[in-house]
Amino acid sequence: MSRLAPARGLGAAKKGVQHWWLQRVSAIALVPLLLWFTASITQLAGADHATVTAWLARPVVAVLLVLVLFAAFYHLKLGLEVVIEDYVHSACAKHAMLLASGFGCVLLGAIAVFSVLKIAF
Amino acid sequence: MSRAERPLSPHLQVYRLQLTSVLSILHRVTGVVLGVGTLLLVWWLAAAAVGPECFTSAQAFIGSVIGRVLLLSWVWALFYHLCNGIRHLFWDAGVGYELTAFYRSGWAVVVVSVGLTLLAFVVGYASRGGS
Repeated sequence: MSRLAPARGLGAAKKGVQHWWLQRVSAIALVPLLLWFTASITQLAGADHATVTAWLARPVVAVLLVLVLFAAFYHLKLGLEVVIEDYVHSACAKHAMLLASGFGCVLLGAIAVFSVLKIAF
Repeated sequence: MSRAERPLSPHLQVYRLQLTSVLSILHRVTGVVLGVGTLLLVWWLAAAAVGPECFTSAQAFIGSVIGRVLLLSWVWALFYHLCNGIRHLFWDAGVGYELTAFYRSGWAVVVVSVGLTLLAFVVGYASRGGS
């Protein structure tokens, strides 16, 4: 087997373009979601607790916001992975940072989604 | 076999900064900044879920001078990453690779991201009643 063979098709990691593709899919999803999010959130500047929770409790808002959070934290996880892989060359530090950033994204996303759902229900 | 410690490409210290390369690295920088900025968003949402007192302190921090500076940088980073991300999606589709197109779309990203940031703050201050 030549050295080219393992790089063909899905490549040596057997995942092919999936990581790259999902980064684009989440990016496309985030374009309309973030336009909605920024347009809405700027109007809540300085709003009190009652106003903000009333807004968050609206079904459309809760659903869209959960989608924003899923897409954003997923996109963040993928993006941080690329950045870490590009700049951190020691295998130990790289894998530690990949794990930490991945767990961090999931943790922050879970807290944020739970907060929205707690207010919505 | 010993490997000599040669300088690696790109030799950043001998290159004049160009719009294309600055915007390129800014995409990564703003991406990481937004990642850090999610802490503020998560705090704001969690505080709203906990209750009025917790939310008031989160809102007070965001309304403070440091909070407003952080928010301004975060909002610009968001609009920059959003606009330049759309620019990247066009490249992924194979569009906009001529040198003139690179510069045109690059300046468009700069102008639109700053414009949207100003608009967001005008709307924000109007919602607060000007304070």
